[in-house]
Amino acid sequence: MSAEVIQVVGSGVPLLLDDIDTDRIIPARFLRCVTFDGIGQYAFEDDRQQDPSHPFNQPEYKNGKVLIAGRNFGCGSSREHAPQSLMRWGIAAIVAESFAEIFFGNCTSLGVPAVAAKRADLEKLNAAVKADPTAEVVVDLKAMTASIGDVKATIEMPASARESLTTGQWDFLAQLLSNVPAIEATADRLPYVKSFAG
Amino acid sequence: MNKNLFNKVWDNHTVGQLSSGQTQLFIGLHLIHEVTSPQAFAMLRERNLKVLHPERTFATVDHIVPTLSQARPFKDLLAEEMMSAIEKNCKDFGITLMDLNDKRQGVVHIVGPEQGLTQPGMTIACGDSHTSTHGAFGTISFGIGTSQVAYVLATQTLAMSRPKVRKVEVNGALGRGVFAKDVTLHIIRKLGVQGGVGYAYEYAGDTFARMTMEERMTVCNMSIEGGARCGYINPDQTTVQYLEGRPFVPRGRDFATAAEWWLSQASDQNAHYDDVVKFDATTIAPTVTWGITPGQAIGIDEVIPTLDSYPSDERTVVAEALAYMDLKEQQPLEGLKIDVAFIGSCTNGRISDLREAASIVNGHRVAPGVKALVVPGSQLVRQQAEQEGLDEIFKAAGFEWREAGCSMCLAMNPDKLQGREICASSSNRNFKGRQGSPTGRTLLMSPAMVAAAAIKGHATDVRNMLT
Ligand code: SF4
Repeated sequence: MSAEVIQVVGSGVPLLLDDIDTDRIIPARFLRCVTFDGIGQYAFEDDRQQDPSHPFNQPEYKNGKVLIAGRNFGCGSSREHAPQSLMRWGIAAIVAESFAEIFFGNCTSLGVPAVAAKRADLEKLNAAVKADPTAEVVVDLKAMTASIGDVKATIEMPASARESLTTGQWDFLAQLLSNVPAIEATADRLPYVKSFAG
Repeated sequence: MNKNLFNKVWDNHTVGQLSSGQTQLFIGLHLIHEVTSPQAFAMLRERNLKVLHPERTFATVDHIVPTLSQARPFKDLLAEEMMSAIEKNCKDFGITLMDLNDKRQGVVHIVGPEQGLTQPGMTIACGDSHTSTHGAFGTISFGIGTSQVAYVLATQTLAMSRPKVRKVEVNGALGRGVFAKDVTLHIIRKLGVQGGVGYAYEYAGDTFARMTMEERMTVCNMSIEGGARCGYINPDQTTVQYLEGRPFVPRGRDFATAAEWWLSQASDQNAHYDDVVKFDATTIAPTVTWGITPGQAIGIDEVIPTLDSYPSDERTVVAEALAYMDLKEQQPLEGLKIDVAFIGSCTNGRISDLREAASIVNGHRVAPGVKALVVPGSQLVRQQAEQEGLDEIFKAAGFEWREAGCSMCLAMNPDKLQGREICASSSNRNFKGRQGSPTGRTLLMSPAMVAAAAIKGHATDVRNMLT
């Protein structure tokens, strides 16, 4: 059983941009590895090289735990290296306008809540983080809110992901394994597995 | 009966409901490659688990393999370490590996169909987003992350939420010089890069019905670029004929039984859909991306739209794309100089793609200063092309003729753009830095359009080069 994820509390990182793809989160050359250890330091490597003002370059956001992002965050490749690198960088929750599906699923299976908020609210959260980089952002999966001081936003997340995180069942392996007899029964029903299987 | 294929296949593969409300879904075919699998095997070792159905997982190597010389050990020690890891993992866990000395090796999404592993009515998963390619056969096929690769290895199942199904209907004949790639780029351009989030796409209509399996694969391949995790085309006689005789396809009487079941999985006549959109194929021009998302595309006979023509909430990304690409509003792409021409990838690295490109190249020379390469999607594609003499056509024109792999589709092997180079590419992603240089630029287009650009030295309308 994995740990329950109910609240993430920590300072924020303001990255309110749209269509950030996983090649940008972790460029492909850093996928040449057989473990995820050490991958955290390469998060946004190329964007950081090209843009000194990138928030991941700023000392004041270095300890940020809650990433504020825009629309279609994590689109592109299925590489789990993307959320792995963010998580190992120190990001423990992502609040964005929307997520690409595979990225969202990958975050959930790492116990990193990826929650959606309205654009107007994200702009307020982003501004509040910029105004005070040390301020704590609270992402609360019970109340379904993200707040910094007086700025409070409603967040959304599919019920299944929320349920898995808050009950500590986001590591699905044990659950899936407990159903082996039903798995085999399903396989037996499939004609391509049995009757006309080569 | 009013069920679509997606829901038939989903229901057939449902093991049960999980406490989260998700479905535990049986995965009929699991494909793995060297990049997203090592950590999954490590997870199994950590937890002392075995692979539940090693006979339902197949492995090949594609992303990191060099395409110039494939001699081992690789010069890149990190790549070599990944190769050794997949070899050891497949051996230890009893999984078939089609590695470099196996004629069947190639890009995972080319190998599955080529071997007949991909069959209608299946669920297919792979730690790679372009798994959607296999939907061309009437399967539910989607990309997964590494933790999920471990789930499939250990349990042959995944925890999934059922998406909605959108019917994307395209009717009409494609013009000369207009290909499956143009259709998929057109759909993404119109529906947007996140238009498909939450949906599976059923591609329907006479345009797809007329397409070969290879063309259908090109269309389904890029579903993910449109935000849909999977896309499919209903199986028909074209599907059945393509599969007959392939190594993993049943033979004789079993084939007839299989074919009958495959066809029965197709959407019912009055099937229900959550959404329907329609396009007219006769209006589609050769389509090229100008920006940094696959939706930022125009017909080659158009100009880049003005910033104002975009909804206000998209303008930041459009401005960012113009700046990165160093292009202007209302600039045409026709005439834009290129440095590199790349023909290959799981989108367009199949034999029909190479034939189309070769027919444009035949008798011409690559423009001075352009580096042009052809990378077959698999060793079998390469062999077939050589039997047809396509390699000679490409080489005579000044193209490099490479070994099978992902090559310049992404930057994990020695094939990379340098600096600000602009690449006319038959691949699927034009993201910043995608082709290996953090500042490199990509124009996505059909293989025939890439061939035309290589010869002219700039982006150009292939329709003017047809004889
Ligand atoms: S060819 Fe490109 S898109 Fe296809 S699997 Fe390889 S890297 Fe991915």
